[in-house]
Amino acid sequence: MTDSLNVSVDRRDGMAVIYTEGYINNQGGEEIARVAYKLLDDGVKVLLLNLGGTKIVNSIGISILIEIIEKMIEIEGKLGFCCLTPTIEKTFQIMGLAQYAPIFPNEEAAVAQLRG
Amino acid sequence: MAGDAIMREVTLALPMVPDMEIEASRTATAIAESMRMSPDRIDEVRMAVVEACINALEHSRATDSEIFVTFEVIGDKDPEKLRITVRDSGVGFSPDQVEEPIIEEKIKARRKRGWGLKIIHGLMDEVEIHSGAEGTRVVMSKLRGTV
Repeated sequence: MTDSLNVSVDRRDGMAVIYTEGYINNQGGEEIARVAYKLLDDGVKVLLLNLGGTKIVNSIGISILIEIIEKMIEIEGKLGFCCLTPTIEKTFQIMGLAQYAPIFPNEEAAVAQLRG
Repeated sequence: MAGDAIMREVTLALPMVPDMEIEASRTATAIAESMRMSPDRIDEVRMAVVEACINALEHSRATDSEIFVTFEVIGDKDPEKLRITVRDSGVGFSPDQVEEPIIEEKIKARRKRGWGLKIIHGLMDEVEIHSGAEGTRVVMSKLRGTV
């Protein structure tokens, strides 16, 4: 019954793109957080979450993403999202996430903006 | 304006186990597709169903270990609206006393959860919550809309 989440990372000069594939529930959110915190420990301060491979999320998973946003604010880093489905983007807007972590339509635009 | 006739009705009895919401979301998708709802609207229904099921799973403290999800296709000649009822027999709650989550507070708060009802209200066209000692029913509807 479970649609588990796969997470992969592409590290580039001073930033990292985290790719997700599958359902972001509590386990999925925790896996993203584990990967993100490891990157922060390694000194990466700019993260892009590319959710192009995720078609469904739940509020528990998103709550864990809010923890990551809080951490990024603490360390004065940058976090953005890209490639969201219209419904996930609408959900993030309903929750107000976009005011703390910008949402970009594609990875190129996100990388250019977050690096700037 | 949607007519009130129920053209089709399906009820799922789901065990209170992790990820049971995925099963409900799959059924929601299949029924909404059969109504020729647009993909974006189907996705919104799916997400709202997931949230309603998770709320029931997490907060009902129900002892009978099942929740019931009823899908009703409503219309006259053609399907016009999908009404979904998520029902548990848990302890119930007072919807009026549920504090609306605010991101500015949640971002600093220790507990960052509590978004389910806000998401459901934001994604569905109509939402009603009936809760009491007998349990909770979340009734939510989405118009088929234009394809």
